[in-house]
Amino acid sequence: MGEPTLLHFLVVGAILFALGLYCVLTRRNALGMLMGIELILNAANVNWVAFARYRDTGVDGQVFAIFVVMLAAAEAAVGLAIVLGLYQGFETIDVDAADRLRG
Amino acid sequence: MSTTLAVFYLLAGLTVGSAIAVAVSRHVVYAAFALMSTLLGVAGLFVLLSADFLAVVQLLVYVGGVLVLGLFAIMLTHRIAEAEVSNRAVGRGPAAVVVGLVLAALLRALGQTEWGTAELPPPAPTTYAVGMAFLGDYALPFEVASLVLLLALVGAVVVSRKELGR
Repeated sequence: MGEPTLLHFLVVGAILFALGLYCVLTRRNALGMLMGIELILNAANVNWVAFARYRDTGVDGQVFAIFVVMLAAAEAAVGLAIVLGLYQGFETIDVDAADRLRG
Repeated sequence: MSTTLAVFYLLAGLTVGSAIAVAVSRHVVYAAFALMSTLLGVAGLFVLLSADFLAVVQLLVYVGGVLVLGLFAIMLTHRIAEAEVSNRAVGRGPAAVVVGLVLAALLRALGQTEWGTAELPPPAPTTYAVGMAFLGDYALPFEVASLVLLLALVGAVVVSRKELGR
């Protein structure tokens, strides 16, 4: 038992991914689903950075992780705008209630 | 047990514990604050992996930006004062079975794979290398990403504004 190994970080990433998947599958609240997506993206980031550290590949993994963070920010901006539009149209952000394309 | 390992278990416990709170929380505001704690834990893990620049990006962009945006959206769309359950979950049983199977398959694959890790270099700042990578090998994706961010901002404004003059 010395330093944490690559496997330690990968297990954390796998658990984060599973919890995010559970969140996305069970939520009816659009914001809750977005939070699940954030969990999944963070699980991917933990894996990227862990591989960059342990596989002697320079900083490529960290660069990809920064791209993921950036796309997550864009996704959050657009997703939350859609949630606000949903709320204006349906008075709720329950995804089951949004069953019409034409408002 | 070394100090690094102890710190790792502390951060992993914080991350996973608050991620569980995000997944099962009944109130969406509590879920948002648990998500903040998860993101802080992940930032700590990045520091442990000697990704100092990425840890700061995580703090600034995720905790400072995405999460605040999420809280804004919650405040704008929810009647928070009402104490009723605002974050209902459906199909917990089947979802738990599916997620359990996925997690079991992942952990099995992780355990069986020979990862062949290299000799671990001592922790060192990586900001310089990341900056050189962005302006060298990844210059084109970097520029495309700036375009994506601009389009996302314009798109968010167009989608979320109220229709005037109607």
